[in-house]
Amino acid sequence: MPATLLSCCTAAGAVSPRVQQSAVQPAGVQAETIFGLWNVTLALCTAVFAAIVLALLVALWRAHRARQAAAGSSTLAPDLAPLHHPERRVHRAILWATVVATVGLFMLLVADMWTARALARLPMKEALRIELTGHQYWWEVRYTDEGFSTANELHLPVGRPVVVTLKSRDVIHTLWVPNLAGKRDMIPGRTATISLRADRPGVYRAQCAEFCGLQHALMALPVTAVAPAQYEHWARARKAAAPEPATDSRRHGRDVFVRAACVACHTIAGTMASGTLGPDLTHLASRPTLAAGMLPNDRANLQAWIVDPHRFKLGANMPPNPLPARDMHALLDYLESLE
Amino acid sequence: MSDAASATPAEVLEQTWRDPPGLWGWLSAVNHKTIAARFIYVTFGFFVAGGILALMMRLQLARPDSRLIGPDLYNQLFTMHGTTMMFLFAVPVMQAVAIWLLPLMLGTRTVAFPRMNAFAFWIFLFGGVMLFAAFLIGAGPDAGWFAYVPLANADYSPGKRIDIWGQMITFTETAALMEAIVIIVTIFKMRAPGMTLDRMPLFAWAMLVTSFIVLFAMPAVMLASTALITDRLVDTHFYDPELGGDALLWQHLFWFFGHPEVYLIFIPPLGVISAIIATFSRRPMVGYRAMVLALIATGFLSFGLWVHHMFATNLPELGKAFFTAASLMIAIPTAVQIFCWIATLWTGRLHLRTPLLFILAFFVILLAGGLTGLMLASVSLDTQLHDTYFVVAHLHYVLLGGAVFPMFGAFYYWYPKFTGRMMSERLGKWQFWLFFIGFNVTFFPMHILGLEGMPRRVYTYPDGMGWNAINLVATMGAFMIAASVLLFIVNAWRSRRRGAPAGADPWGGGTLEWRAASPPPAANFDVLPVVHGRYPLWQPAALPDRVAGIDPALREVLLTSVTAAEPDHRMLMPSPSPWPFVTALATTVLFVGSIFTPWAVVWASLPVAITATFWFWPRHSESRIRHEREVRPEVRS
Repeated sequence: MPATLLSCCTAAGAVSPRVQQSAVQPAGVQAETIFGLWNVTLALCTAVFAAIVLALLVALWRAHRARQAAAGSSTLAPDLAPLHHPERRVHRAILWATVVATVGLFMLLVADMWTARALARLPMKEALRIELTGHQYWWEVRYTDEGFSTANELHLPVGRPVVVTLKSRDVIHTLWVPNLAGKRDMIPGRTATISLRADRPGVYRAQCAEFCGLQHALMALPVTAVAPAQYEHWARARKAAAPEPATDSRRHGRDVFVRAACVACHTIAGTMASGTLGPDLTHLASRPTLAAGMLPNDRANLQAWIVDPHRFKLGANMPPNPLPARDMHALLDYLESLE
Repeated sequence: MSDAASATPAEVLEQTWRDPPGLWGWLSAVNHKTIAARFIYVTFGFFVAGGILALMMRLQLARPDSRLIGPDLYNQLFTMHGTTMMFLFAVPVMQAVAIWLLPLMLGTRTVAFPRMNAFAFWIFLFGGVMLFAAFLIGAGPDAGWFAYVPLANADYSPGKRIDIWGQMITFTETAALMEAIVIIVTIFKMRAPGMTLDRMPLFAWAMLVTSFIVLFAMPAVMLASTALITDRLVDTHFYDPELGGDALLWQHLFWFFGHPEVYLIFIPPLGVISAIIATFSRRPMVGYRAMVLALIATGFLSFGLWVHHMFATNLPELGKAFFTAASLMIAIPTAVQIFCWIATLWTGRLHLRTPLLFILAFFVILLAGGLTGLMLASVSLDTQLHDTYFVVAHLHYVLLGGAVFPMFGAFYYWYPKFTGRMMSERLGKWQFWLFFIGFNVTFFPMHILGLEGMPRRVYTYPDGMGWNAINLVATMGAFMIAASVLLFIVNAWRSRRRGAPAGADPWGGGTLEWRAASPPPAANFDVLPVVHGRYPLWQPAALPDRVAGIDPALREVLLTSVTAAEPDHRMLMPSPSPWPFVTALATTVLFVGSIFTPWAVVWASLPVAITATFWFWPRHSESRIRHEREVRPEVRS
């Protein structure tokens, strides 16, 4: 287990700017604690690996020499002496090696228990509560204390603990934000919670970790950790209903939204649309991505997605929506106004 | 047998034990070597097929955002790869090798229940072929080899894909159960006189422990998949939380089988390794009893750790801590065995031939896999590592290191016994290095990939995650592995005709299989051996003893007592019969029919009953001989 190789790779990763989805670059207290245990375990295991490989190499060298020494006699004759004379020294060596191995394992167990306790003791004062529900293949997000909903994005205030309640509407999904905490399953019929705290601002990528069907690969979740003041600002904006359409085109777009199939699945707060099968779109235009972290949120992608979602995500529940050009442009105008 | 008087005893034996000629005879074969050879070819075929599936996956993952293989085919590929390697290769190949080898190693003429042995092979073949046929017509399973519900239930996996998977798993595992029974009874009752349990080869011990694990673990997965089928076909609610079922029930049942499964793949090689190390170190294994106890302890402990596959499912913390402790504890017996092997090498005189090379590689690779296993056994670390490429790396280190490397070692080691000819050492060494390097190039970087956040079971990944280079390297490594396997096939094929003649004991081995001719005659031994030590061939002074009173003109074997291996009974073994084959066909119809209608279980049981009746119909001639020969055989010197 060459530890050096591993640290080289992670160091290189830290230099180049890229998406953060790594368990070895912790940005939160939970991931940090686990990373500490990882380092201890890696060091111990590397030492064991080196010791045993060394013993093996010495054994090979010794046995080879013994054979050369015996080369004068018949090389094929087996050495049967051990069947008649108990090999006390060898047996004692094996016994001691086993004792050392057992002590090593016990140390690992203690380190693990200690880490598990540390993880369970995150102070929960003034924790932010979020309810996250997994769907094939997107994330429904409800900020329960503050009373608003969003989808496919998490915003967290830096330094404040967060308790995420995990649910699923269909199959098993798993929330995994490697930079912030370990993963936890979202199992239909059960509720679980996971607590975490982001300690450094940044955008961390999360991805569903339990195989959940055809598009399991395309179920990502951008997690944005920002300063508390910035978070408050964001949350206040989320609580507001969708802005009234200001232009004719946008008004027409809203009518299209309400008349077309969209309302059956989507919600836009402040309108008649209150479907719950698909993501809440109240503040769609403010989100960085479309389709669960898959596409950058711009007009061209939005249009392409509405016309034929299955081109990007075969198996997604959203049906294709071939709209006349005028309706489509109005709809896009309207959706782009939902900041 | 009219010409028995003029023939030599060896010819009479050959007449008595060989399989009948012709197509009908081919289908009637019950000789353990015939059945086992077919079994080995078929499982190796599935190994190659599973490898091709893996290559296709690696091609898809070589580049980010690749559109080479769509999500549907990819999900079928990884489901079939896991299913094939676990159910159609890893477990059966070890059972097949054992069926071939154990009677030779234990000094007897056949396995217990030879017709059931044949039946097990046929249903395994039919089940495996059905699974691949479904895949080739586009109905391959796509919910993962672990088939978690609710994804695998009728709501989220409509169509027949999961039904076919579930039924064929149950079907092929029936074969594994039968083979386990065959192996246990062969080991307990058919050892040569004098081969007490304390003198039994470690390979036989390993197969004994493995077979007991099969006996207790396989029913869990058969139960789980049967409950899944009834949920899907007759609307029961075992796994439906909305109607009183529980999605986690599946995971408990599946992993209660799934974790012991790893050990039943990994324990037989422990026996292979002990055989190869003793032979090439030119000395008996150090710590025989410690090895046996370690094997048994591993078998027991393997049932106590399944929950470490479920650390992310929000089970109570105290329970998880218990399973962490149990998972760490199983490292102790493995450590004991590794220490014993190193001590044997340390005190021996080494001959570095190809089989031993594979075993030495096993040490390094299994050690790495075992240590990453300790990491996964920790609840906290597991919540980061679970379901990532770190686990993919770990499990391939354990399974290829623990089973495929020793299996290649075993093939090189016993090939001369199997064919009468040696494999090429030069090609063997080439194959070894290609495999060893290719393996590490493919799987070592995946540890890093997992830590860097790549989840497993994804058919694609976006650019800019820092995963591109590692995935490309892994794909290149996969092709090195493929080239190595190809080289092995070439070597095995060429050496069948052109290899140097081997003789009975080319390596100077100490166990009984090296006493039979290479390849062994139908009856294995002309004279049944009597054993006086753990390595009977290394103690030639003790060999002249022989068993008297076994009739070479009858399919008779000697049964011995369970622990002391004292001669106990002579027993007439069943003769070749086509009925196991026909019954297997009827059973296949039942299982395949049940995929489409539950009523198939009712109406298709009729042909199964009829064919089984023919199979078991008593023959008067045989029962008369049985009655007349109720005399104990004896050992004479």
